Amino acid sequence: MHSSILVFRNFRYLKITLAILAAAILAYAIHDPLGKPNGGTWLGYTLGGLSAALIVWLAWFGVRKRRYGVGKLLLEDWASGHVYLGLSLLIVATLHSGFQFGINVHTLAYALMVLVIGSGAFGLYAYMRYPRLRSVNRGEGALGDVWALVAGMSRDCYEIARDLPDEVYTLVEAADKETAIGGSVWRQLSGKDPKCASTRALQQVRDLAERYSGRDADAARRLVRVLARKVELLTRIRKDIQYKALLDIWLYFHIPLTVALLGALAIHIVTVFLYW
Amino acid sequence: MAEHYQVAIVGSGPCGMSAGGRASEQNMSHVVLERTDHLSDTIYKYQKGKHVMATPDILPLRSSMAFDAGTREAILGKWDEQTDKLGVNVRYNAEVTEISGEKGSFTLTLKNGETFTAEHVVLGIGLQGNLRKLACPGGDWEGVQYQLDDPDEYEGENIVVIGAGDAAIENAVALAKNNNVYIINRRDEFARAKDGNRNLIEAAIENGDITCYHSADPASVSPGKLTLTVPDGEAEVECDRIIARLGAVAPRKFVESCGIEFPSKDPASLPELSPQYESNVPGLYIVGALAGFPLIKQAMNQGYEVIEFIRGNDIKPADEPLLEEMFKALPGGRSVDEVITHIRENVPLLRSLTPLQLREFLLDATIHVPNANDVIFERNDYTNSFFMIVEGSANIHIDENDPSIKVTVGVGDFFGEIGLIAGRRRSATVNAAEPSFLLESPRRSMIKLINSVEAVERAMNEVALVRQLRTYLLPSLTDEAIQPVLETAEVRAFKSGKVLFKEGDADDGVYLIRKGSVTVSRRIGGKDIVIAYVPAGHYVGEMAFLTRARRNATVRAAINTETIWLESESFRQMVDASPELRSEVERRLLTRVIESESMHTRPEAGNIIQFLVEQGVGEATDILLIDETLCVACDNCEKACAETHGGVSRLNREAGPTYARIHVPTSCRHCEHPHCMADCPPDAIHRAVDGEVYIDESCIGCGNCERNCPYGVIQLSSGAPKKPGLFSWMMFGSGPGPGENKVWNKANKKEDGSPKVAVKCDMCLNVPGGSACVRACPTGAAIRVSPEDFFSLSELSARG
Repeated sequence: MHSSILVFRNFRYLKITLAILAAAILAYAIHDPLGKPNGGTWLGYTLGGLSAALIVWLAWFGVRKRRYGVGKLLLEDWASGHVYLGLSLLIVATLHSGFQFGINVHTLAYALMVLVIGSGAFGLYAYMRYPRLRSVNRGEGALGDVWALVAGMSRDCYEIARDLPDEVYTLVEAADKETAIGGSVWRQLSGKDPKCASTRALQQVRDLAERYSGRDADAARRLVRVLARKVELLTRIRKDIQYKALLDIWLYFHIPLTVALLGALAIHIVTVFLYW
Repeated sequence: MAEHYQVAIVGSGPCGMSAGGRASEQNMSHVVLERTDHLSDTIYKYQKGKHVMATPDILPLRSSMAFDAGTREAILGKWDEQTDKLGVNVRYNAEVTEISGEKGSFTLTLKNGETFTAEHVVLGIGLQGNLRKLACPGGDWEGVQYQLDDPDEYEGENIVVIGAGDAAIENAVALAKNNNVYIINRRDEFARAKDGNRNLIEAAIENGDITCYHSADPASVSPGKLTLTVPDGEAEVECDRIIARLGAVAPRKFVESCGIEFPSKDPASLPELSPQYESNVPGLYIVGALAGFPLIKQAMNQGYEVIEFIRGNDIKPADEPLLEEMFKALPGGRSVDEVITHIRENVPLLRSLTPLQLREFLLDATIHVPNANDVIFERNDYTNSFFMIVEGSANIHIDENDPSIKVTVGVGDFFGEIGLIAGRRRSATVNAAEPSFLLESPRRSMIKLINSVEAVERAMNEVALVRQLRTYLLPSLTDEAIQPVLETAEVRAFKSGKVLFKEGDADDGVYLIRKGSVTVSRRIGGKDIVIAYVPAGHYVGEMAFLTRARRNATVRAAINTETIWLESESFRQMVDASPELRSEVERRLLTRVIESESMHTRPEAGNIIQFLVEQGVGEATDILLIDETLCVACDNCEKACAETHGGVSRLNREAGPTYARIHVPTSCRHCEHPHCMADCPPDAIHRAVDGEVYIDESCIGCGNCERNCPYGVIQLSSGAPKKPGLFSWMMFGSGPGPGENKVWNKANKKEDGSPKVAVKCDMCLNVPGGSACVRACPTGAAIRVSPEDFFSLSELSARG
């Protein structure tokens, strides 16, 4: 049945990760190198080799994800392992470094790795948190064709506003033509549109309608109702877009940083061998 | 003096025309009498460009004329040409109104009074009969037509379609694309039409594409206007054209007037014929649809054969070599006729079939000659074919835990009916008890047989009842123990949503579900809360029976359901007589009590069952469910589907309803009794051993399955455009990368009108590892599951 990547297969990948970490920490504790612990000892090479292998394996996830209908394991196996083993790198690679940092390509590789893991950690947080919020925001039904829904409401607004004074009609027209959904990355991430023409129209129609009476007042009340529904829908759509953006945005850091990390790692390894 | 011929052929359809061709080839003096001014009126009336099939594929064509699948125009053109070339003597506008006389000197009278005499008569008039005409005043207006060649011919017109059958609906829906269409239905619903067409027309009316007058009758027609009698008076409809599809007067009356007898009054019954197609009137032969063979190829073969029979040449039917090949597997080198006679003698179920029907039935069947102990099928296989024992015997192992409990069935018996009825996995393993000769018949042939021959259904039900009782209650029940229950047991069917019994009702017996599924609900806090889902193979109603109390829950059919109703008193006798059964019933009851108490505190879980049942999950065998709290909307499921199925995804993740964070995407549920299979002309839809319902490559793209599927999971697709290889994508960025088919497909849509075929989820039948969508979900949001598993207490309590 349904289970998240954290608890998947009864924490199989957490258990594997903890075993690797326990072994690495134990080895580090009992290892007594000449001088300070560093990457050049037998343990340093072992931990370095392990870290490099892990990085390459973790990066391979991008390829595995796109190889459909192959392999014995589920993609969720890979994802669960990706999360736990990825986080474990923070410890394994740090042990490999022997806590020696400096302004050099080695520390650059380390820093890039930390950034990749950091962006991944945000991704994990996003994956755990936002799908639920998104689902709650959507309610029981799928939002469906939101454009058709919004357009339908705009048509209703026009219909009602035809019999109302021009000042109202102009607002309704603006609400139809100037209302935007989506937009820049920031707009999407914020989940709001402070300049939303529909919201503005709602407020102003309400203010104007206070003075109306008779049939105009009736029509204005109906208009406010439709506009309020439209604004509510727009708010939900924008929230939906926000959650989707939050679910996606971290990948725009995670992936390029991974590519940079692979480059830095390659240089790190080559230069280390030049010391020999 | 009337013209005299050796043979007069009435009707120029595929059979009559083929008979004429053969007669001409053999220099027999002949005449083909055609009512209209063209050949083969039934096919002539097909819609323009209709693709005509040449089924059954395996049957060879034996005719002087050619026939291959193709468009209506190509086929008719070819026939016209060949009729000419062979010099077939066709008389057009020659409607025969009377046939009298006897072998050697029949007299045929035409409508215009002309007469012919003939030694033999071949009747190939089909079943279409004469079209009913609009009878109201003004019905002869030139704007009234009785057929529609090409719906695209009309644009921007007001068109009235009269009728409520399939033809009327198909015309109305096709015309509504470019015209303002009204449909006039004499009744208040479209009950006569096929399910798919009914859905189509109801949707079109609901969307406002077509205006419908229900319970309306045409009162009069004047040019440009139709007046209707409607329940509240009269209504007038302005129209440019009226298309009346009022069906036809069946030709039975005419056939009977020729002296031909029908076996029953049933309007569907057909005259009895000799193997040479000769009727009870010697010298008068019947071929084609009227003889029970509605397919073009069969009819053409019969036309050829009937001429040979008349010439005294007792040729074997065209399917002889096929049956010969089939029977080769049998020991003893028997002839086809011998085997067929043997089957008729040994299998009572097939005795009521005519020799011709039996041959057709056998062509669809498979012969098995297992040795002792060979397995025929295994418990939990998802096959739904049906087996008959012609020779030998078989052991049915009904108890999963004890292989020594078996029922032996012998010559003339059958097995496999439980799976056929329930549409579920096999409930027992069957193996051959000795070297045997078995006949395996596919689901479709069996359903056709059950529907057309009442005796088959009755015989099957009787045997099935005993087996179902054993299988579902207790395998070790003795015949004596079952006997009292059997006497009162009856099969009761419930439509989807109907109540089997209500909370508070008095106990009236136990219901064993043999097909479909039910929900159990109780009133809690003034609301009906579903507390359980019970699929086929289980029973309900035992609680009131055991506790001698009133019903404490309401049971409703989740889908169309069939139950075996067992009267309380006799059921009590049976239970009292068998301590083993008593404890079995008690054990199930206690499980039910625990479940229901637990569900009491979790109304939300009950609501999930209710929601999913409303989505039709009750008839699913395997359904894709997405947990929205885990789904990150990456669409990797859709991408995986497209990548493993030629670039076209068969699932739509986002579409579909959601309840309590469970999303039901648009994807096949592999129904117990698949709606898509109901009306597939080439029989291209099958169920694999593990339950996957799939479409094979014989699909002709007719779209019936797409229309019949209530869940909208079948699409017609002409395949994805070719995409550049992985290398050119990586090096030069041409085309889409892995999983990026959607945008590419849209941008590179095939515009050449390449033929479309139906595509649907096949649960990755041929992909090792199973469903690619589920396997490609990185977060575990997508699962495929059977409703029973999903509705289990442990699963629901985790959500409730």
